[in-house]
Amino acid sequence: MEDLWVIMPEIVLVSMACIGLLLDLFLSKKNRVITYVYSQLTLVVTAVCCWRFTAYGMTTTAFHEQFVNDPFAQISKLVILTLMFLVLTYSRAYTRDRDIAFGEFHSLSLFCTLGMMFLVSAKSLLMIYLGLELLSLPLYALVALQRDSRTGVEAAMKYFILGALASGLLLYGMSLLFGLSGSIQLDAISTWVHTAQGGSLQVALFAMVFILVGVAFKLGAVPFHMWVPDVYQGAPTSITLLVGSAPKVAAFAMAYRLLHDGMPGFSAQWTQVLMVLAVLSMATGNILAIAQTNIKRLFAYSTIAHIGFLFLGMLVAPVVGYGPAMYYIVVYALVAAAGFGVLLMLSQGYEAEQLDDLKGLASKNPWLAFMMLLVAFSLAGVPPTVGFYAKFMVLNALVDAGMTWLAALAVVFSIIGAYYYLKIVRVMYFEQPVNTYAPAASVDMRITLSVNGLAILGFGLFPAPLFMVCQNVFTNL
Amino acid sequence: MQFALPLLSTLIWLPIVGGLLIFALGGQNNPERARWMALITSLLCLALCIPLWQGFDPQAIGFQFVENKPWFPFLHINYDLGVDGFAMPLIVLTCLFTPLVIVSAWRVIEQKVALYMVSFLMMQGLMCGVFAALDAILFYVFWEAMLVPMFLIIGIWGGPNRIYATIKFFLYTFLGSVFLLVALIYLHLQTKTVGTPGFDIGQFAELTLPLLTQKWILVAFLLAFAVKIPMVPVHTWLPDAHVEAPTGGSVVLAAIMLKMGAYGFLRFMLPIVPDACREWQWLIIGASLVAVVYIGLVAIVQKDMKKLIAYSSIAHMGFVTLGIFISFALVNQDALPAAAMGINGAYVQMISHGFISGALFLCVGVLYDRVHSRNIADYGGVVNTMPVFASFFVLFAMANAGLPGTSGFVGEFFVILAAFQANPLYAFFAALTLILGAAYTLWMVKRVVFGDVANDHVATLKDLNAREFGVLTVLAFLVLLFGLWPKPLVQVTETTTKTLLAQIGQPKYALNADLNFL
Repeated sequence: MEDLWVIMPEIVLVSMACIGLLLDLFLSKKNRVITYVYSQLTLVVTAVCCWRFTAYGMTTTAFHEQFVNDPFAQISKLVILTLMFLVLTYSRAYTRDRDIAFGEFHSLSLFCTLGMMFLVSAKSLLMIYLGLELLSLPLYALVALQRDSRTGVEAAMKYFILGALASGLLLYGMSLLFGLSGSIQLDAISTWVHTAQGGSLQVALFAMVFILVGVAFKLGAVPFHMWVPDVYQGAPTSITLLVGSAPKVAAFAMAYRLLHDGMPGFSAQWTQVLMVLAVLSMATGNILAIAQTNIKRLFAYSTIAHIGFLFLGMLVAPVVGYGPAMYYIVVYALVAAAGFGVLLMLSQGYEAEQLDDLKGLASKNPWLAFMMLLVAFSLAGVPPTVGFYAKFMVLNALVDAGMTWLAALAVVFSIIGAYYYLKIVRVMYFEQPVNTYAPAASVDMRITLSVNGLAILGFGLFPAPLFMVCQNVFTNL
Repeated sequence: MQFALPLLSTLIWLPIVGGLLIFALGGQNNPERARWMALITSLLCLALCIPLWQGFDPQAIGFQFVENKPWFPFLHINYDLGVDGFAMPLIVLTCLFTPLVIVSAWRVIEQKVALYMVSFLMMQGLMCGVFAALDAILFYVFWEAMLVPMFLIIGIWGGPNRIYATIKFFLYTFLGSVFLLVALIYLHLQTKTVGTPGFDIGQFAELTLPLLTQKWILVAFLLAFAVKIPMVPVHTWLPDAHVEAPTGGSVVLAAIMLKMGAYGFLRFMLPIVPDACREWQWLIIGASLVAVVYIGLVAIVQKDMKKLIAYSSIAHMGFVTLGIFISFALVNQDALPAAAMGINGAYVQMISHGFISGALFLCVGVLYDRVHSRNIADYGGVVNTMPVFASFFVLFAMANAGLPGTSGFVGEFFVILAAFQANPLYAFFAALTLILGAAYTLWMVKRVVFGDVANDHVATLKDLNAREFGVLTVLAFLVLLFGLWPKPLVQVTETTTKTLLAQIGQPKYALNADLNFL
């Protein structure tokens, strides 16, 4: 009975999501806005429950230590809920105008959120897999939600098949680890890992590789990145926004649980694997993005490059802590949400997908162009946007851990990356608009997008609060 | 000296806030309002420079007008501001040029006026921040942030090939800067091992670093600052950027931005890695002399006036780096007064080059606004239709060539004297500028200004209007003032120069070189 209080936020979320699913059936088309408001309400109520039902700084576990509510889980959940709030706000007009199943969109998004919440709180292999699948399966359906879009269905097929394969590989690794250690609890596994010898050690390392494959796939690291450009480009933009923001934070949490809680003893080995994945991701992402003309595909490759940087933060985490890595992914998700938000605001009446659709935006809608400028420079890592500090923290962590050469290599790739971010700014500011089409959006979307965009600048001028939140969750554990 | 306002913070944030106010008060729909608000804000900042200059004590050692606020305590990054003899005149130079640029663009820029004015105001604030920052990361933030307005200025209001030029400018400068960031993080790590951790530049200067480490850090610093100055061979972005930028952008780029690279030498390189500088002084001196001679020769054959002045900028900045680095050779010979003269000469050259190249770009801008061509071949005999303009143009050209009596002579003279004491060969090559500078500048002036009226465009030229006259008069006055009376400038930098020479005089590396730094 005690355990149910621990998962009260999740219970609230699932109940309200199910009610919402039913509610939508009885609403007529013009009352659909009720579904939207109700879904946002669900997120807000869940966030309040997260806040109220747990004392910050304390760790509670439930269900025989399969579910944990430590500061990391609490903050991650709040971040995920905020990002989902942004997603639903930005997606409303887009989803409504294209006759994408509105009610199903919201319900599936809420179920994704539920999966993410379980994933960040997982303390056993089973719970991790449960959360992962609960996150991924609705996502596959969401990518295919626009039934008459050929690219959407193709993207969904690719995502589903590759995702199922990656889940299978992850499960294989998990099963080996279970077989060796005799337990699915991450604590027990980490204890066993510390004392692993000989043949068992070899098999355990073998299992670690499979687990890393699963993690790398979900985040989109090279060489498991093939789904990212196709899904980002093929899915409807609102779903791309969903895929590119909150699940990245959840996937980072999964990596944290598996690597830090589950296999800290192998840190010397998984550090090396992450190093290779990081350098490959940064190289591939940055170089391939240069040739792109489709903005969504460009953002996809940029995501791959950023995940490379995240891995850099993670590989020195055993030495300097996970604060920089968490700060990086939270900042990235925030900025990506703003970027796709701008695209969604432009996509009224047509699909704003090509770089040419941004042409001359500075003349047509200066505020929106400024938001996109902040997004582009933040992703490039130019001060005084928050993206600079995210990169700075990771570089600082690398140098502290004694890997200055890796920091120098990382900045070289950043420079290559700067070129395509400049392309975005160039198209908006330096070129003349080809049409006078100036989109107007609803008030709530404009306000939310402005707050999101200004946060990029605000957190850049005052980086300490957000970073300290990310840092302190790990020192309190 | 205590002042009612935190003077440096005001000089940084007032233009930025002023810029935001222009947008907030509808400057985008009302260009006149944007212009006037921008002018008033920049003049206000210029007025604030008077207490800055007056309140500055040339005899005091250390930083003045210091402000200290914690900003990011976890990483020991603080909002530390302060000026010494090198930073203060540069801040005044920055605040001086912004009103001039705004006035010169009054009727010339008609598209997106508010954005233009706001970009320059923001750039002014950020550039003051670069000069005033005492914390390495604060310096870096201002250094990088400054690229954004300049990127927009060149790209939106520039010439036909502006997109190539502005992306080249941004990527080139960004390339150097990110290595600077890694070096700064590394230095911070070193401060942790020896005492209180922090990013304070003074703290970095007190570190004892092994020679090999110093050399790596020097490479990182060099990449960042040499691109900015620009030194040969990383100078190729400058001609493109200058040619394609609008007049105001060229002026600010030449007058102030180039000086930031040299300021970086004085603030970062010399105090923090003096031994590596001493070992590799031949490299920098060589590159400086190549800049003076080779780039001078390149300037002679240019057909585009702005490109010619751009190459001339590179050559003059070669003098600056030469003056700074021969101080090592002179300190070795225990010729401290000569070393001080070298650094003083370099500094005076920095300021004077700001005035002169700014003025030259404004002159070319005056011609371009009328004829819309920068090619020398399209002009000839301008003196017949624009005599007042011709007088200014000839004055600034003479200053550029280093005529005694103008500020251009003072810096070059000091540096050549100091170079002669270090090594007569250096002085010989440096003195070639006297011939080459005269060659390219005066030949350009002869072809453009003198002679008979060459074509119809020239025949219908109207002379300077009141605005252009005012702007050029201010600069002419300053060029002559500092040419005839350079004392205030030299006096203000005296103490700082002495401190710097003391810093570079002592070897800093541990005698047992520790190679384990990666």
